Amino acid sequence: MQVQTHVDINSEWGIVAARQAGRKLAREIGFGSVDQARITTAISELARNIYLYANQGQIKIEEVTGSGKRGMKIIASDEGPGIKDLRRVMEDGFTTSGGLGAGLPGVKRLMDEFGIESEQDEGTVITTIKWLR
Amino acid sequence: MIPKVRENILQHQDLIIEGWMEQIEKFRTDESLQSISASVYESTSRDFVQKLLLTVEENEVSDEKLNQFVERLIQMGWPLNYITRGLQEFRKVSVKVIFQETDDNADQFRMIEEIEEWVDEIVNLLVNQYSGSWENTVFLQKMALKELSAPLIPVFENISVMPLVGTIDTERAKLIMENLLDGVIEHRSQVVLIDITGVPVVDTMVAHHIIQASEAVRLVGAQCILVGIRPEIAQTIVNLGIDLGRFPTKSTLKKGVETALRMTKRDIVELES
Repeated sequence: MQVQTHVDINSEWGIVAARQAGRKLAREIGFGSVDQARITTAISELARNIYLYANQGQIKIEEVTGSGKRGMKIIASDEGPGIKDLRRVMEDGFTTSGGLGAGLPGVKRLMDEFGIESEQDEGTVITTIKWLR
Repeated sequence: MIPKVRENILQHQDLIIEGWMEQIEKFRTDESLQSISASVYESTSRDFVQKLLLTVEENEVSDEKLNQFVERLIQMGWPLNYITRGLQEFRKVSVKVIFQETDDNADQFRMIEEIEEWVDEIVNLLVNQYSGSWENTVFLQKMALKELSAPLIPVFENISVMPLVGTIDTERAKLIMENLLDGVIEHRSQVVLIDITGVPVVDTMVAHHIIQASEAVRLVGAQCILVGIRPEIAQTIVNLGIDLGRFPTKSTLKKGVETALRMTKRDIVELES
């Protein structure tokens, strides 16, 4: 049975809600405290990106199984302006909002699998998985 | 309310009360009302319907006694849907009772209209009262949270500590910066320890705010030490690739205080007994 949680992000409180939902599921799946922190931080980054650039969107969190492994999948989707240059956005230090520019490349390093799809003016979907070791 | 409807309602008030009590008793199974004992429920409900009839009797919607009654319900934490449900039932029961009085369609229609208008006005009044009290509560909690938000505590001469607890959002980040700079100047601090033991998640935005705050502190002539970095937070910071190399960090507040004392050319010395 797959566990799924949806959190709508339309204010800063949505970020907190997504984070808490993520931490709860990570704990249930059996991730250690370091991985719990990694997953929550990744969710925090993705949710904040939604809030910051698209104003609203949603975070979907679910348990996944694959080739004998268990893991946790996070899907962050929005219908915002999209990302112009996918290659640059994955570079450390690239930012359009005056932040640190560590968000997306950071998430990639925090998690095990990372995929990004973005269409200009249509939105962005980021899918990322952390496997339980 | 036109006198005819009023007279009708008052004339049959016993019927209305009984019909209403019956309907509202069914509603008792609702989850939010489970914690209320049967006798309290019964007496409160009777009170409620009598207050409603009283507004009809006095022909005045904004009745002081009804307001006080609702005020009491709010304080005791009764759900709003008890009130709205109660008023809906009151409307249904009164309409039903009054219908027995006349067969004339035009008359019936006018009576329904009268009662609807009457009840709607009361609904508006009570819902406003409820939401007003919620807004008030939310406002007070926001203020309370703000007061807890980011205190700067002078611990030694020239050394201050700012313990951060909980989620840091944009508004709090602003407050942290203001309190930090005001406090540094007010207490003439040379070293400020920012303690993040109580911050659950350090993402790039939180880190960014902390870096900016410490940079601002440097500009007013003091120095920041970041303390209370838990091991898992340390790992996520490294994974995120955040560069905190420009200002000193310590694992615990205790070590931070020792470092701060050394930086201000002091030391903790044990006394010989």
